Amino acid sequence: MINIKNINKKFGKLTVLNDVTLSFKKGECIALIGPNGCGKTTLIKSILGMVLPDKGSIEFNGKSVLGDYLYRENIGYMPQIGRYPDNMTIGQIIEMIKKIRNSNEALDEDLLKAFELEKMFDKKMRTLSGGTTQKVSAVLAFLFNPDVLILDEPTAGLDPLASEILKEKIIKEKEKGKLILITSHLLSELDDLITEIIFMQDGKVHFHKKVADLKTETNEDKISKAIASILKQKQPETRNLKLEKAS
Amino acid sequence: MNRIIKIIFIDILKSKIVLAYTLILAVLSWSSFALEDNSAKGILTVLNVILFTVPLVSILFATIYLYNSCEFIELLLSQPIKRKKIWTSLFFGLSLSMVLAFFVGAGIPLLINSPDGVGLMMLLIGCMISIIFVALAFLSSILTRDKAKGIGIAIMTWLYFALLFDGMVLFLLFQFSDYPIENAMVGVTALSPIDLARIQILLHLDVSAMMGYTGAIFKDFFGTSLGLIVSFLLLCLWAIVPFFISQKKFQTKDL
Repeated sequence: MINIKNINKKFGKLTVLNDVTLSFKKGECIALIGPNGCGKTTLIKSILGMVLPDKGSIEFNGKSVLGDYLYRENIGYMPQIGRYPDNMTIGQIIEMIKKIRNSNEALDEDLLKAFELEKMFDKKMRTLSGGTTQKVSAVLAFLFNPDVLILDEPTAGLDPLASEILKEKIIKEKEKGKLILITSHLLSELDDLITEIIFMQDGKVHFHKKVADLKTETNEDKISKAIASILKQKQPETRNLKLEKAS
Repeated sequence: MNRIIKIIFIDILKSKIVLAYTLILAVLSWSSFALEDNSAKGILTVLNVILFTVPLVSILFATIYLYNSCEFIELLLSQPIKRKKIWTSLFFGLSLSMVLAFFVGAGIPLLINSPDGVGLMMLLIGCMISIIFVALAFLSSILTRDKAKGIGIAIMTWLYFALLFDGMVLFLLFQFSDYPIENAMVGVTALSPIDLARIQILLHLDVSAMMGYTGAIFKDFFGTSLGLIVSFLLLCLWAIVPFFISQKKFQTKDL
């Protein structure tokens, strides 16, 4: 569904993406993990066309995304830090996106109800807490029933109840056969969600494996432990990885 | 496109700054007409007020608005909308609201107190100056990511066109006063939209008689219908060129 071929991106002198080649298919639920600043968000933004890669190509359903914009109809994006116009209320933001999309298809308002955002419709975005802003981002990502969901640190900042609701929603969408791309540092949370893992480091893809394969290779039954043992074998010097050990 | 322009337009009209700008323009224009005994003098006062405040407010407000709407731009970019469309919608939304503010604030007193060719000319030129400086604001805000730097560039641009450029022209005039540079001066005015606007109005007010030989040369060129068309085309270029450069840059900007 999404094919990324040899993309490179530099911000000034800093190489953020170095010859990244990946492909994602329908029905997969992929976790994109790696230390801070390894290029996860840049990769996601390149898929969305917000960052333009210096080299390489990105294809969505066989069509290049460069210069195209209609393909974004099929993507629901939840940013890491949702930033919205300060003066608009939650209701206005959702109303505005609905108007801009102008789609006739049925809207998926499950999350809107589950998060009880309707009560806060006339609250200004500026007054919202980080967690509530995340909830708005999540609602917008799922609202139009997209085929692909790109979630950048979806559960960061959400309270346990809300992140449980979101996880259930993700599992539900996954069962519908959608492609889901998640970045996260909380590996324990991903255990019952994902089918594949991509580990990135310094702008390169370290490995791209099925979770089942990974678990059998390392003889571990938790993703966090499996990753940790792989990292120990391959690179004993990487210590500053933010992997959550407790699970 | 209309949907996004509408959203931006309504958002700007809600802000109190545009309202205050309209009120200030209204107070200034009404009082200049009330203070002067004939409308030609009143127009001259309004001209100076307009050529000073309109560019400043247009460029500053538009620059700050663009920096503040970077969240909005990011949000729109994750939706199925062309980049070009987002940028042009912002431009039209901002230009439209600045022109509306100018029309309500200064246009109405102009049309009431001087309902002739000069008044209409003034109205048109005020609108064009508003649009030109909105376009320059787009250019200055795309040049840098840093809000403080961007606003600095905007203020410098205004300062250059409103004060420094005139100073430089005067300096050149005195330095080369022994040479026949009158024709060259006509060309130099094309380098500043404010000067183009000022000369256009002054020639219509018959005060050009007081500008001596240079005034006569200006009248020879700008007074003809060809000169009029050329100067309007130049003003249009001043709006189109900066905007197109900024759009080219926006197409390849990383957000």
